[in-house]
Amino acid sequence: MNMRIPILKLHDCLLISIQWELDDQTALQFQEDLLHKIHETSARGVVIDFTSIDFIDSFIAKVLGDVISMSKLMGAKVVITGIQPAVAITLIELGIRLEEVMTALDLEKGLEKLQRELGD
Amino acid sequence: MDSSVKIINEWDIVAARQLGRNVAKELGFGTVDQARITTAISELARNIYLYAGQGEITIEKVENGAKKGMTIISRDQGPGIPDLRKVMEDGFSTSGGLGAGLPGVKRLMDEFSIESEPGKGTLIQSVKWLR
Repeated sequence: MNMRIPILKLHDCLLISIQWELDDQTALQFQEDLLHKIHETSARGVVIDFTSIDFIDSFIAKVLGDVISMSKLMGAKVVITGIQPAVAITLIELGIRLEEVMTALDLEKGLEKLQRELGD
Repeated sequence: MDSSVKIINEWDIVAARQLGRNVAKELGFGTVDQARITTAISELARNIYLYAGQGEITIEKVENGAKKGMTIISRDQGPGIPDLRKVMEDGFSTSGGLGAGLPGVKRLMDEFSIESEPGKGTLIQSVKWLR
């Protein structure tokens, strides 16, 4: 039942597209995998795309917020993209604010933002 | 038409919210309300898993005159909640983590009630009406 989320490398960035509903174990495994991949590839930027995700609960939000802070500790900037209207509404109603997090509407804009942030 | 999911492990949290989402879809809830309902169930099921060890999520379709909706019932025989007023405050969490908890669930749903007796367990009922 436990599936790993693929992490793709593109130049000095890592790309992740979350394609299915996350259970707790998959989310925690992803946290570890991403940090190892940053270490392995010396990636400076990460884009995590949520276009296919139709809800995020407080646990997933916590894991996500944590992995963004952890990546930052390792010198990588993270942009999250593709948050659906329903997900944005429920996260805020639930009382979760990912305020320090860089976001963009879609993957393309996320990569552009990241390139600007990384200054190249 | 009522259905329940026993919450014993983390996979049951996934099963409960999938059941809820399917019923919400069937009843004709829009995508935003489907997300609200799915998220509320996920929070309630996780509370059971974290604090009570085990319990049950029951989904019921409800009708009140012309109004249609669904009820989420979360029931456990866990330790109960000693100070209900406190857990309904935003930002209060005994697990030292999430802080969203029950006030968040209340905001996502249209109706919300909670009964809890220390040593006996907790019963939470919440309703979302179709608009």
